Amino acid sequence: MPRVLLIEDDPAVRRGVVLGLSRNGHETEAVGTGEDGLDALIAFKPDLVLLDLMLPSMSGLEVCRRIRESSRVPIVILSARGDDIDVVIGLEAGADDYVVKPAGAAVIEARMRAVLRRLAPVQVGTDTGVGPTQVGDLEIDRDALIVRKHGEELPLAPSELKLLLFLSAAPERTFSRQQLLEDVWEHSYYGDARLVDACVMRLRAKIEEDPRRPAYVQTVRGFGYRFGPLPA
Amino acid sequence: MKPALPRSLRPRLVVAFVLVAALSELITATLTFRQARNAILDRTQNGAVHDLRLQIDSLAPNLPNNPTDTDLRIFARQLDRASGSRGWHTGVSRDGGPLIGTAGDVSNALRDATKRGDTTYYERVEHAGGYRLRIGMPVSYTGRGKEAGQPSGLVVYAVLPLDGERADISALINAAWAGAVPALAFAVVSALFAARRVLRPVRQLRTAAEKITSGALDTRLDVVGKDELTALTGAFNTMAAALERDDAKLRRMEANARRFAADVSHELRTPLAAMAAVADALDEDARSGTLPADTADAVLLVSDETRKLAGMVEDLMEISRFDAGAAVLHLDDVSLRTVVHKTLHLRGWREPDEVITELPEDDPRIRVDARRIDVVLANLIGNALRHGSAPVTLRATATQESLVIDVADDGPGIPDEVLPHVFDRFYKADAARARSEGSGLGLAIAMENVRLHRGTLTAANLPYSGAVFTITLPRTLRREDQP
Repeated sequence: MPRVLLIEDDPAVRRGVVLGLSRNGHETEAVGTGEDGLDALIAFKPDLVLLDLMLPSMSGLEVCRRIRESSRVPIVILSARGDDIDVVIGLEAGADDYVVKPAGAAVIEARMRAVLRRLAPVQVGTDTGVGPTQVGDLEIDRDALIVRKHGEELPLAPSELKLLLFLSAAPERTFSRQQLLEDVWEHSYYGDARLVDACVMRLRAKIEEDPRRPAYVQTVRGFGYRFGPLPA
Repeated sequence: MKPALPRSLRPRLVVAFVLVAALSELITATLTFRQARNAILDRTQNGAVHDLRLQIDSLAPNLPNNPTDTDLRIFARQLDRASGSRGWHTGVSRDGGPLIGTAGDVSNALRDATKRGDTTYYERVEHAGGYRLRIGMPVSYTGRGKEAGQPSGLVVYAVLPLDGERADISALINAAWAGAVPALAFAVVSALFAARRVLRPVRQLRTAAEKITSGALDTRLDVVGKDELTALTGAFNTMAAALERDDAKLRRMEANARRFAADVSHELRTPLAAMAAVADALDEDARSGTLPADTADAVLLVSDETRKLAGMVEDLMEISRFDAGAAVLHLDDVSLRTVVHKTLHLRGWREPDEVITELPEDDPRIRVDARRIDVVLANLIGNALRHGSAPVTLRATATQESLVIDVADDGPGIPDEVLPHVFDRFYKADAARARSEGSGLGLAIAMENVRLHRGTLTAANLPYSGAVFTITLPRTLRREDQP
């Protein structure tokens, strides 16, 4: 069972979430500040971080950035605010998905499971065992789940890696943001498509030569995104 | 039919000014003309009578006592010769007899007047060649014995033209006209000037009023001068200031109320988050049979109501966002069929047992915020299933301009007194009715969501039974700068 680190300042919510997660068999560590969270990240070595954005002193966004500097652990934001802007900023800071509070344990569990899956359900059992494929300067190894650029491994967050694998598995095919939300993030409801946009932005910043003129993950205006074709 | 008067202030002022000027000009000219004309004619007449009398006085004594016609003719000729610049023609009549001389004819009135008098008479007559003055002057005996001062029965008539005077009078009329034209021009100019003076502040007031109407409540006018218009401008400024004050106060109150609602929802979220996280665990235990029956009931009640409360707070937050204008559209090109089927699938509604869909064959692509449209459809279908009986009919028709979606049930319909209020927040159709399934905000949120798409949402009753809700969405929404 995945080990979960919960960073949440409200004690009642901490207790409630820990209770719900323990019920589902997770080993959970809960802390009340971002600073403690960063310490616990090293000490507890969680498989996933549940992060509240509204934290005293060090903000959730800052915590998110700090975690991303050193770790590729999946991060799911607990957003107390319906103000989408928070969610977007959190996603741009490197979070993989978000849950809007109040949320039942079942919803949190579903989000966590989706983030922890290394491959999109559609791709499970496809395309494996063929070794790394070379696309431009990128080398995508589907077996090892590693992406290299100029031979150097790229530190991709789980959602970024999953999105890249999904798009590159069907080169030059356009996927709508809605489709990507369902297939890559497994949002079974109408999620916020900006989740996709934020992730594409982060991914481009890591794989593209010029993120403003992307070659790998291209925007198809009015429809969505596609992988390639590379400009000649 | 009355003649159409100009409606605008400027032409009205000009017309009034010109009328007044013209009238005063006319009166002045008429009076002046009459006075001058009379003065000229009187002088001419008096002069002529005086000259004639002088001539007669000097010539008549030469006449014999009983002059013959020849004597009289000679006398008349002598008078004619003495006329000088006056150019009269004279004739002499004896005892009302015919005229002897060059005077032509004289009117009977003049003859009768002079028949038995010793007074001089004259008359002005219009003649083919213009005006003429006729003078009748009885001749009296001069001081010689008993007949002195007695009328002699001779009457001298003189006819003289008044052409020179006519010319003078014409000149007068022309002068009067010539004076009228600049006076009228001056009247027009001063009217325009006055109009401008009056109209400029009026126009400024109008512009300012329009600005205030369009929401620029900080509009003020410069107050210059001391007349009534200035007072009006001042009053306008005062009114604008009062409006602005009230508006600011109302806005403040409204903003406070909104913020309060938003803050309340916010504050409720944290405890709800804690409760919601354990609600599933409560359900599990309550259904496991390990708890006493009444405890299990209580636990189930708590977890159910917790979910409802969470939903209600969610809806409140959504409404707060609409009120604050913070709700934004995330537009996507989606297929209508996909949107509808997703909505049914997510809610677990089955076709065709619960919902019958009639969608266009060609499956149009629509540019909408799919999440919001899903919320709207789910709300309408959910209501229809609750109030009517399954199946609910969802019918969509698309044209170039718009997409129309009807959601119809075959329930009892909406009572007439409720119909205008169905989209109100927390509206209870029946005051005594128990709390409905939803938050009481569902239709209000649906309405706001459709409005955000620049569309309309209406409710009506079908002719036979059941209610129908109609969504109309324009198909040309502004494109956002995103895929």
